Amino acid sequence: MSGKGGALPLRTVALAGNPNVGKSTLFNALTGMNQHTGNWPGKTVSRAEGIAISRANRLRLVDLPGTYSLIARSPEEAVARDYLLSGEADLAVVVCDGGCLVRHLPLVLQVMERSARVVVCVNLLDEAARRDIHPNLTLLEGRLGVPVVGTVARQKKSLAALLAAIDRALAAPPPVRQAPVLYPPPIEEALSRLSLGFSGEGARVQALDALLFSNEGVPPDSSLSREREALAAAGYPPAACADAVARATAHRAATLADGVGSSGGYAPRDRRLDRLLCGRASAYPVMLLLLFFLFFLTIVVANYPSSWLTSLFSWLGVHLSGALTAIGTPPVLHSLLTDGVYLVLTRVVAVMLPPMAIFFPLFSILEDSGYLPRIAYNLDRPFAACHACGKQALTMCMGFGCHAAGVVGCRIIDSPRERLLATLTNAFVPCNGRFPALIALVGGFFVLLPEGPVATALTALGVTALVLLSVGVTFLATRLLSATLLRGEPSSFTLEMPPYRRPDWGRVLVRSLIDRTGRVLVRAVAVAAPAGAVIWLFANLSFGGATLLSHATAFFDPLGRLLGMDGVILFSFLLALPANEIVLPLICMAYLSSGAPVEMAGVGAMRELFLQNGWTWVTALCTAIFFLFHFPCSTALLTIRRETGKWRYVAIAALLPTLIGALLCLLIATGARLFGI
Amino acid sequence: MQKECLLCDLLPGETGRVVALYTEGGMRRRFIEIGLMEGALVHCVGQSPAGDPCAYLISGAVMAIRRRDARGVSLIRAGVDG
Repeated sequence: MSGKGGALPLRTVALAGNPNVGKSTLFNALTGMNQHTGNWPGKTVSRAEGIAISRANRLRLVDLPGTYSLIARSPEEAVARDYLLSGEADLAVVVCDGGCLVRHLPLVLQVMERSARVVVCVNLLDEAARRDIHPNLTLLEGRLGVPVVGTVARQKKSLAALLAAIDRALAAPPPVRQAPVLYPPPIEEALSRLSLGFSGEGARVQALDALLFSNEGVPPDSSLSREREALAAAGYPPAACADAVARATAHRAATLADGVGSSGGYAPRDRRLDRLLCGRASAYPVMLLLLFFLFFLTIVVANYPSSWLTSLFSWLGVHLSGALTAIGTPPVLHSLLTDGVYLVLTRVVAVMLPPMAIFFPLFSILEDSGYLPRIAYNLDRPFAACHACGKQALTMCMGFGCHAAGVVGCRIIDSPRERLLATLTNAFVPCNGRFPALIALVGGFFVLLPEGPVATALTALGVTALVLLSVGVTFLATRLLSATLLRGEPSSFTLEMPPYRRPDWGRVLVRSLIDRTGRVLVRAVAVAAPAGAVIWLFANLSFGGATLLSHATAFFDPLGRLLGMDGVILFSFLLALPANEIVLPLICMAYLSSGAPVEMAGVGAMRELFLQNGWTWVTALCTAIFFLFHFPCSTALLTIRRETGKWRYVAIAALLPTLIGALLCLLIATGARLFGI
Repeated sequence: MQKECLLCDLLPGETGRVVALYTEGGMRRRFIEIGLMEGALVHCVGQSPAGDPCAYLISGAVMAIRRRDARGVSLIRAGVDG
């Protein structure tokens, strides 16, 4: 779909549709790698643009935010509405779910009001067929008066048909259509008078949007005020007006959909799955089991690649060292590069990459399959009790992958207060950068059994318990914030529970491995290299008779010991602000630089090193707790700044978990001291 | 003569036909958007394991609505499925 199209004309196509209709899949399939994402100017609403090549045109596709309608006040709808009315797009494609067309036709009608050329794309036809739903697209096309094309995002042929329909529509001048929806007579009369004040094809709908949305600074003697007064007198005050518009659209949609044969429903398969995944007795155990299984799988499967990568990097390291010597690198630089940069870098990759390569695909599968809304459904009540939104369960799940992604994901929460609650508590659950450390700490210090399935199961159990603790603290922190800084009433919310879908394995692998894993890995590497250099410098530069490192760790030692840890651990946490993945490698490096070198293969060796440096199980526990509850990484903090626009929220997001973590560690350490452990 | 009840009174398995919407503002608009308006058929398909929200089949899709919001919709019971 995306090859070279040098001489073809460039036309702009807007892509609209509800969330959950596979619009992004379609967008990706059409544009391939020729796309970039960003935000709409002045708003935290994401925008994606890409180029697709059809037979007759180069198409600049603009992916509008997923919206259920265009006639409400949310920022997403405002963005979509304004873009369509701007006339920048030559054509609008509305993507619908073929399994339940009646729900999508209101948006189709609203787009038809605001765009001269429209093509309706009925997507997810394979899923509909699986549920024995076969919509009559020809009938719909005849009734709507615009081209209707059926697609399955995976099938090239259907995409080609869509592009051909777009080409045909672009080749002809915009058709003159009658209004797709007729409103009650008083409103229609007001519109016909108001539209005289606007120019062009979209005069009527511009008048409609003015009637519904302009609020500030409307002069009392203007035509708009007069029409509003007249409508109020005729029984249509502003709220009733918007109501009537929504109702007229919904009724028209129902009429159009009648007999087309796509009315959705609750399939037996979905019913059975929901009985298991949302049933009173089974829902929570299933969620716990999934969590446990996730960690078990991560530990088991990640082990082999990790040790393999460690050996590989070890071998490469020898050769790198040799090569550096051969080109006459000064010893200081040589040591900096091999003992500093290379060591930390390779440790991070070897330890981080395998778990990520398991977590992200698993998460994508859960996402694609439709299970995630069920998690929000199961957990809404506890969240509502904390004056938050059930969708926070989803952002929390995203936070397991990466806190920066979780924070961006908070956009799915409409209420600003609840969005902020979710944003500020996102970092309480451990992200992928922290899992390997938790696994190593639990496995190395608390599961004192030889390697095998039992040891793995116990380690997974331990990590699951820690994660459950962090989820519990998330609830507490949410409740605390909503009782103090972010007071307010729970908002209203509706949650769509889409039919379960078969995940597209290929796409899951590509998207989660290349896209997510790759991006997070690149960032970790970009941070680990300089961090390794910094700690090498600290360990090798001396001042006043001792290395900078020993000065720094001595400085932090009293506080560290108070919290059950030591100066090295605390200093490593601080230095690891850019990325959590480097905490353990930094601790190892710091211990190594002041003692005899130890071959660092596996958790056993790390345990030895730590024990040599005064660790007890209390140290391990406090370090694990602090791992769970400390400031998020700098990427997440900067993302919070960008999404919320205020530094004070960044401060809260950094301080709140740290204070809680410090408090817990203090309690544990003091308790252990009191009981003489 | 069927008695009027509220959406939150609908038990899993029961169906009702909407009589009136008492909710105002953004939530009202949202209800209309998802097809919850006068004359529409609503079928309760289940309850969250925590007790709230409940899941309803409205206009071909399953939507979860919280109890306090479901109080704003009145309907007439129209049958129970097996």
